[in-house]
Amino acid sequence: MATPIKTLKEIPREELFTPGHRLCAGCGIPQLVRMVLKAIPGPKVIVNATGCLEVATTIYPYTSWKVPWVHNAFENVAATAAGIEAAFKALEKKRGVKRPKIIALAGDGGTFDIGLQALSGALERGHDMIFICYDNEAYMNTGIQRSGATPRGAATTTTPAGSVVPGKIERKKDLMGIAISHGVRYAATMNPAYPVDMYNKIVKAASVEGPTVLHYFCPCPTGWRFDTAKSIEVSRLAVQTRYWPLYEYEDGTYRINVVVRNPRPLEDFLKLQGRFAHLLRPENKHILEQLKRDVEENWNRLMKLAGLS
Amino acid sequence: MSVRPLSWRELPAAPVITEAGSALRYKTGSWRALRPVIDRGKCIKCLLCWVYCPEPAIIRGEDDGVEVDYDYCKGCGICANECPVKAISMVEEG
Ligand code: SF4
Ligand code: SF4
Repeated sequence: MATPIKTLKEIPREELFTPGHRLCAGCGIPQLVRMVLKAIPGPKVIVNATGCLEVATTIYPYTSWKVPWVHNAFENVAATAAGIEAAFKALEKKRGVKRPKIIALAGDGGTFDIGLQALSGALERGHDMIFICYDNEAYMNTGIQRSGATPRGAATTTTPAGSVVPGKIERKKDLMGIAISHGVRYAATMNPAYPVDMYNKIVKAASVEGPTVLHYFCPCPTGWRFDTAKSIEVSRLAVQTRYWPLYEYEDGTYRINVVVRNPRPLEDFLKLQGRFAHLLRPENKHILEQLKRDVEENWNRLMKLAGLS
Repeated sequence: MSVRPLSWRELPAAPVITEAGSALRYKTGSWRALRPVIDRGKCIKCLLCWVYCPEPAIIRGEDDGVEVDYDYCKGCGICANECPVKAISMVEEG
């Protein structure tokens, strides 16, 4: 079991995820993957849903993975992880095999939408696994279609911003709420601009027996249309504007890890991204106001849950 | 062709890659239009570029000094954008 860290220097050097993958320049997925593989030492199995991560890191005969890894469909990553966990439990009982950590990785499509029923089942049955969603807020791998994780107002190829409809009109689903309502003991949000926080949350999730859920903000220069160099800058702004609150839920208690007392204007986060460009035009003010309200309501709700208001 | 085609019974149930990390043989450095150049004199060894690089193409030395692995660096520019002391500049390739 790894122990919590305070500085970047304490992050282990060993890389079990190699370069040579075909993820876009500036992609936000590898920062998560590298941290997961570093923060969870010892034997582990990665179960990967269909999505950018799977497609771009295992183009036959190449793989970026130095740990056992299995791909399954969009809809059943949690079911596959659950099956592997059950198999290792049987092997442990019968032959004393040491159980590896089972880690499921899925994008928002494989979590919020297509993978949701398998996730719900696995959480309800209580399998010992860590489920991690890298959320880039649309189906990026198949061509930037909207998902249940796409925020209100964002333009995607299936919710283009036009003169009648200003991007996606519905609000984003609350994945953390869904996970917590299943009775998981630990769930947390993460962001690549806060690597120490991310590392410690992975360590904590791995120390809990039973299912845990981690929800990662995953910047996507291709789908969100921003300069590849700005991935971390955009991610940091997501926290500083309260768009992406960093918080955790542990055995009934909510804790906000970065309490943003004086938030930056939401526009600072939006204006770097092409998917939100239309929101800054006067005719779309109403949808911008709705999105701001979504952000504010969510923040106030969490502050209450964390006993800070 | 002297190779006997496999019957369906002989095919693996799914594609299996048995060589861990074989992607190392696929060099992505050719994607790069801008090259990050680190000024080692300015670097304060904070390791942010090492943590934030998506490839990873920043090599962390024994003394926590950093170097770019140009075999794989795609030239995204995250490292230069995030370096707190501006020790990394992006220069045009070619
Ligand atoms: S430019 Fe991007 S890929 Fe290249 S070393 Fe910097 S962070 Fe890594
Ligand atoms: S971010 Fe800049 S100062 Fe920090 S290790 Fe990299 S080059 Fe050095």
